[in-house]
Amino acid sequence: MIANLRGIRSIYMFEMARFGRTFWTSLMLPVITTTLYFIVFGSAIGSRMSEVSAVPYGLFIVPGLMMLTMFTESISNASFGIYMPKWTGTIYEMLSAPMSPIELLIAYVGAAATKSVIIGSIIFATAHLFVDVQVAHPLFMVAFMVLMAVTFCLFGFIIGIWAQSFEQLQVIPMLVVYPLTFLGGAFYSLDMLPKAWQTVTLFNPVVYLISGFRWTFFGAGDVGIGVSMGAVTLFLAICLAIVFWMFRTGYRLKN
Amino acid sequence: MQPVLSIAGLGKTYKSGHTALSDVDLSINKGEIFALLGPNGAGKTTLISIVCGIVTPSRGTVSVAGHDHARDYRAARSMIGLVPQELHTDAFETVLTTVNFSRGLFGKPRDPAYIEQLLKDLTLWDKRDSKIMELSGGMKRRVMIAKALSHEPEILFLDEPTAGVDVELRRDMWNMVRGLRERGVTIILTTHYIEEAEEMADRVGVISKGRLILVEEKNALIKKLGRKTLTLNLAEPLESVPEDLSQWKLELAGEGHELVYEFDSHAEATGVPSLLRRLSDLGIAFKDLHTRQSSLEDIFVGLVHSSADEAEKAA
Repeated sequence: MIANLRGIRSIYMFEMARFGRTFWTSLMLPVITTTLYFIVFGSAIGSRMSEVSAVPYGLFIVPGLMMLTMFTESISNASFGIYMPKWTGTIYEMLSAPMSPIELLIAYVGAAATKSVIIGSIIFATAHLFVDVQVAHPLFMVAFMVLMAVTFCLFGFIIGIWAQSFEQLQVIPMLVVYPLTFLGGAFYSLDMLPKAWQTVTLFNPVVYLISGFRWTFFGAGDVGIGVSMGAVTLFLAICLAIVFWMFRTGYRLKN
Repeated sequence: MQPVLSIAGLGKTYKSGHTALSDVDLSINKGEIFALLGPNGAGKTTLISIVCGIVTPSRGTVSVAGHDHARDYRAARSMIGLVPQELHTDAFETVLTTVNFSRGLFGKPRDPAYIEQLLKDLTLWDKRDSKIMELSGGMKRRVMIAKALSHEPEILFLDEPTAGVDVELRRDMWNMVRGLRERGVTIILTTHYIEEAEEMADRVGVISKGRLILVEEKNALIKKLGRKTLTLNLAEPLESVPEDLSQWKLELAGEGHELVYEFDSHAEATGVPSLLRRLSDLGIAFKDLHTRQSSLEDIFVGLVHSSADEAEKAA
């Protein structure tokens, strides 16, 4: 299944070089966004808010903020990475190369996920400037970050293959993922909502992901860690199934 | 000789129901230059795309030096280089980066000496650090060729290599193709410039409406299907072809100053000596005469038209 390591490396390095060309924007964007969120939510609003689940509000939003940025970055980087060769036509070379679909997947998703983890780490570092960040389960936290990055990059990869225009490329991240994440408890705890809305929110898959990540920080989340892990695994399995179906049928890659 | 590429019963029908290719059988020998001729939309690019793994065939098999191109795709594809018709490039990459990238994609270790020589051969070495978007169209075409050759393929596909290319690049390309052939590389090119096939190819295949209607050695083809024309420059213009000459099916050209006779040069009786005798009997004098062998272009036009006629009759 995996034999052409040089091919994987070539695409991975190509993608990383693409990120490298916009290195400063890529680096500055999360730093500035984080700072803005901390000024608005952490200082301005947070100073008038009580603690959430025994955690100061400024600290409470750190995992949600990391996830929000990593979700959108993962999707946009991975979808753009595979959509561009389709759009410029250079995809012909990947298809004619002795590379298996899995090798293509590892290269593209690997590169996009690497960038997401880097961005997540920058936000994490920036947060230290504003609040005293403590992580209850550091190993779980890193594992969760990597798993989330990979899963959402897979999701982005699917969107990139599916999209037939730049508009379609934007529509899912902007109209589906961003609202779901925002309403998925990135900046509040579910028990702050009215009872009815709490029930509605439980249908939002992102709730389980953010809750799980918050657990790695504070040892507690909106739902149990087991439920969160189950949700992550399920989402990953669905994305993998779709990708393999796409590769098997040549969906929108081959005629 | 063991063919380096064998295609059997290959067909492609798109979801729309359009059949782009039907029942193509073709064997390509190692080291030959094969020209695939056909009008636009005949199925040339579809055929190439299937062999290169870009389009999935609806039926049939392709085998590259004994490797089935679906089952054993790694071995099959490693041997093939493709220069597509369109200039698909990464605008922001440099020439050297993109060529090294292509080599890596095909799983070959870096070889700076080979890549340097390749870029020098294609007069790209001075431009190696230029971004591709800064290059002219002709230079981009050279980059595409360099990418296709970066992994030292044994079979090179050139899809319309000289479409919209200036004279100099066309000449360079022909030289390059000959050089590659000397190294034992098999070359399959599609073109609708007949002169290109006539100049370069060992064998010619003609494709029309998705069917490979003919595969023949170029020289044999010209000999077999080639017709000769005899043109007589008359001393005095004629108003019409005299009745006595009707058995030769002559045509009058040049405002009555030329008599044109088309004949099959391989027939036992070409009819030329008897025509000339009859002319002298009738007292029709001519100042000059010349014969012309029909080119591949005439043959090609004739073939594609007759196959189109047959298809219409069948329908």
